[in-house]
Amino acid sequence: MIAQRVGTTALRRVAASPSNVFFTANLAKLGMTASSIQSTQTRLVATQKLTPTDAHDILAAQRLHRPVSPHLEIYDKQQTFFGGSIWQRITGSAFSGGLYVFGAAYLVAPLIGWHLESASLAAAFGGLPLAVKGGLKFLLAWPFTFHALNGVRHLTFDIGIGFKRKDIVKTGWYVWGASIVTGLYLAMFV
Amino acid sequence: MAALRSSSARLLSLGSLRSAFRLATAAPVRGFAQLADAAQQSQTSSDKPANLKTFQLYRWNPDTPTEKPRMQSYTIDLNKTGPMVLDALIRIKNELDPTVTFRRSCREGICGSCAMNINGTNTLACLCRIPTEDNADMKIYPLPHTYVVKDLVPDLTHFYKQYKSIKPYLQRDTPSPDGKEYRQSKADRRKLDGLYECILCACCSTSCPSYWWNSEEYLGPAILLQSYRWLADSRDERTAERRDALNNSMSLYRCHTILNCTRTCPKGLNPGLAIAKIKKEMSF
Repeated sequence: MIAQRVGTTALRRVAASPSNVFFTANLAKLGMTASSIQSTQTRLVATQKLTPTDAHDILAAQRLHRPVSPHLEIYDKQQTFFGGSIWQRITGSAFSGGLYVFGAAYLVAPLIGWHLESASLAAAFGGLPLAVKGGLKFLLAWPFTFHALNGVRHLTFDIGIGFKRKDIVKTGWYVWGASIVTGLYLAMFV
Repeated sequence: MAALRSSSARLLSLGSLRSAFRLATAAPVRGFAQLADAAQQSQTSSDKPANLKTFQLYRWNPDTPTEKPRMQSYTIDLNKTGPMVLDALIRIKNELDPTVTFRRSCREGICGSCAMNINGTNTLACLCRIPTEDNADMKIYPLPHTYVVKDLVPDLTHFYKQYKSIKPYLQRDTPSPDGKEYRQSKADRRKLDGLYECILCACCSTSCPSYWWNSEEYLGPAILLQSYRWLADSRDERTAERRDALNNSMSLYRCHTILNCTRTCPKGLNPGLAIAKIKKEMSF
């Protein structure tokens, strides 16, 4: 900025001085105009002349090779990997998938000889150590509470509430915290 | 001012030819010497210790398409650089590596040219301050999941085509009652606030994982915000048609309220809310 101003004042001084030989004498003497001077300028970068078809071919060839810019691996992890939306999908898929798998297994169990009745499952579960019991229960309880609580959050989105930038971040963390706490509660005390 | 400009332009064009015409060039040479000195003085006068910051830029050159994209580091002194990321990029291009390529124009957040992914989120380089609290490297990528033209320049052709597809202009069949402008009430005009300010920088669309995977058919947050801008306009008479165009499984309903769009918008707009409003209007 300062440099620019200094340059301007220097130019103004030169332009204002009436006894400037540069303008009055030489320009007239040489008979030069601004346009003829510009036509003699030298370029440091050489350019290549192309026909429109050649240019189009180059563009088409370039388009074939263009890489896709990085996305999931560089985007803010908090928004992609810890976003409520993707975990809503993961927990939901896990539950519905689990239901289908268990339902199908229960259906074929008598044919194969598996014992998937409630009584035998409860007996098998009862024989496990306490920590494993709690862990298994939390593995089932947390996805359930997360899906339920985040589901409520998404329902409020559907009616157009909670779209302020701060609220989005805040409610996202609230859901994570609340789902872990209620998941632990269900795993330990129910 | 006009007189000054023309005379200085003449002076500059002649000055560049001073080697060809050696007579009477004392005055302009002195002028340029002062200019250079002042520039040097203003740079060296800051006696603060160098505040170095490293910028890692995504590089890919279409002239060597077999080379993989790579990250290149440039270290500059923040004391001699402006406060914004764009200032740093321009300085890198000017002083360190003229082959670094990026789009920029207005440097004040109104043209949307310099949209890029800076430290993990999409934003405009001209509106993004260089964080000074730590010396961590800054990582700068082009907008995510776009085809790269060169370095930080993404190909937005498809994005603009999608914008064209929503017919972003007023559609009316009836002329205005008095044959003049199409008037609207203040309340109706207020409905367009937060929508018309969008500069189509594509930050929100390219932050959306749904748009990453389905950009062929899903319109993406920016274009849907613009869709809502025309749906909400009281003067437009093709609202039903516009809604019909969105009423399929892909155009609108690939939005799963991930809301990266609202979190990333450099203009502080709310594409997520606009999409929610479209969905609400379509269902009731």
